Amino acid sequence: MRKIGFLVAGVAALGLALAQSNVIKIATMSPLSGPQAALGEQIKLGAELAIEEAKPRFRQLGFELQLVPYDDQANPDVGVANANRMINDPDILGLVGTLNSGVAIPASEVLARVNLVMVSPTNTNPVVTDRKLPNVNRIVGRDDVQGPAAAEFVYNDLKLRRVFVIHDKTAYGQGLAEEFRKRFEALGGRVVAFIGTEEQSNFVPIINQIRAQNPQLIYFGGVYSQIGPFTKQLRERGLRMPLMSGDGLDSSEFERLAGSQNAKGAYYTTVAGPVSAFSQAKALTERFKAKYGKDIEGFGIYAYDAARVILAALENAIKANGGKKPTRAQVAQEVRKVKLEGITGTIEFDDKGDIKKAKYFVMQVAGTGNLADNKLIKVIEVAAPQK
Amino acid sequence: MLEQILVLLPQVLFDGFILGFIYAMIALGYTMVYGVLELINFAHSEIFMIGAVAGVEVFRYLAPLIPNGYLLLLVAVVVGAAVAGLTAILVERMAYRPLRRRGTTNRLVPLVTAIGVSFFLQDLVRLIEGLWHNEFFLRMRTMPDLEGAFTLFGGAIFIQTKSVIVIVVSVLMLWGLTYLVNRTKLGMAIRAVAQDLTTASLMGINPDQIISRTFLIGGALGGVAGVLFALIYTTINPYVGFLPGIKAFTAAVLGGIGNIPGAMLGGLVLGQLENFFGTYLPILTAGNFGTEYKDVVAFLILIFILLFRPQGLLGQMVKEKV
Repeated sequence: MRKIGFLVAGVAALGLALAQSNVIKIATMSPLSGPQAALGEQIKLGAELAIEEAKPRFRQLGFELQLVPYDDQANPDVGVANANRMINDPDILGLVGTLNSGVAIPASEVLARVNLVMVSPTNTNPVVTDRKLPNVNRIVGRDDVQGPAAAEFVYNDLKLRRVFVIHDKTAYGQGLAEEFRKRFEALGGRVVAFIGTEEQSNFVPIINQIRAQNPQLIYFGGVYSQIGPFTKQLRERGLRMPLMSGDGLDSSEFERLAGSQNAKGAYYTTVAGPVSAFSQAKALTERFKAKYGKDIEGFGIYAYDAARVILAALENAIKANGGKKPTRAQVAQEVRKVKLEGITGTIEFDDKGDIKKAKYFVMQVAGTGNLADNKLIKVIEVAAPQK
Repeated sequence: MLEQILVLLPQVLFDGFILGFIYAMIALGYTMVYGVLELINFAHSEIFMIGAVAGVEVFRYLAPLIPNGYLLLLVAVVVGAAVAGLTAILVERMAYRPLRRRGTTNRLVPLVTAIGVSFFLQDLVRLIEGLWHNEFFLRMRTMPDLEGAFTLFGGAIFIQTKSVIVIVVSVLMLWGLTYLVNRTKLGMAIRAVAQDLTTASLMGINPDQIISRTFLIGGALGGVAGVLFALIYTTINPYVGFLPGIKAFTAAVLGGIGNIPGAMLGGLVLGQLENFFGTYLPILTAGNFGTEYKDVVAFLILIFILLFRPQGLLGQMVKEKV
């Protein structure tokens, strides 16, 4: 009888100790395997660097910071499964992610159940924040601005009137392509074709259609894993018209997949500015290179800032909570109230979780094999659409 | 609309042949194994994929040593065929032969096994590539002397050197196989086992040995198809065999399953249909159905043909005598 008594007391003490553990975990979720792993890894490493740098500060407050990376393989089902695991780990108080809007939308609904805050460095589909979930935020712009910005660039700056539009049938790619088409046609341009494809290898039928239509420009809403091989086959078949896309092209993998000669001259809009656009990025670039041995790219910097947003909110929440571990709802509220001078600019959220003023960059691939060489053509700063 | 179609037609027909020959070579693997074993070897799509991966690795490691693109491709084809053929033999030994020994009369059992082997091979290759190169979405290295292109008929057809290579190699392989099956002793043995295994064994043919060799030949052809696929489409991954495998199997059925010329014909027909509708569907349906429906149309035509000629284009109606 006494033995059982001790056992029960021991388990209860252990349970109590665990519940009050001083470990705070921040999760990242992005594709760490598969065709989009290059971008996903930038998100993980950017956040990891911010967390490593904050560890001493948090130790002084009495907490041990940890990073928990999740691989969603760019697949919504895997993302939702990961989200379910996240909400069951009581130490996870925030998420930096995801890369794909198609994963973020269902996964964030799982997180909303327990108010686990999500700060996205990369999701651009408007639906992500239009649902007005209190735990969802993003520090980048939206496709309902990115798409029209591209359309205006093509119409006004490049002065082209006939565009062939392709998309990858995901929430991101199709959303971007539709926004582009709406604005381009409203301006008076002609979209000669609007094609969706999940094809990863054989783009010959589409290329033959392009040959028949002979457009002045091809706009492809998609990610480099698809656009890379497409561009390679397009150029190899002798078609020289310019190509434009969105931030899915913002990776050094695009040039590697397409071949530098074929990729050269492609335009893309991105919500993650190039390293050269941020005056304070130089020191960060060096720290990143020293720690990971590779170059930080656009999304890595945004992930760094996204993690810093969560860290700042955590610090405020801990102080407001009298030095004790905050609840997830408290962290989510603090994130919304954050005003941070990040490397990417001022970060402040509106009532939907959109960043108050987002930047959009129009870039052109230089074809040197080095992403940092890509030319910055235009910077647009726009407030998020209030709907 | 008609003018739009006609302008592109020569190019579309040419591109259809490239796809068609690749499907034909994969379809041969399915049809030969069915001929001798009455088994649909669903793992054959992964044999094709293994050939493609082998081709990529040969290009990756031997390109610095062999600057001549054509020679490098020859080596890649040989290595791809060998690796794929050996994998096919291994699969037969380890997965299908024990079932034959047990004497299962239920043909679903080997079928389900084949599907299982298919999944296993996909993730085995993913594991190996993941451990070896830390990535499993692979790029085929480009060789400058293979990257040429030219036009015919005043620009009506744009032809890449690679496309010509694929067609030439495919024709050689198909001709070689026809010669093997019709003019050599091994070919006669294969046809004998396909016709009637018991009687063939009574005639002094070792059925196990012939079956192994059939898997080797079919696998090797699939491997060559894989290397050519990697050459043309450059990005491959462990899951790249699934869809072409299903299409090639359907092509084999279209031509008459078990019938070798049928598989070649079926592959060509399916390749042409897929490419044709892939290009023309938006034009024919005024933009209502996009390119992504090409497979739907190709398979609908297939179903239609099988409705009226269930034995396939070149197959023979086998009447079961009670």
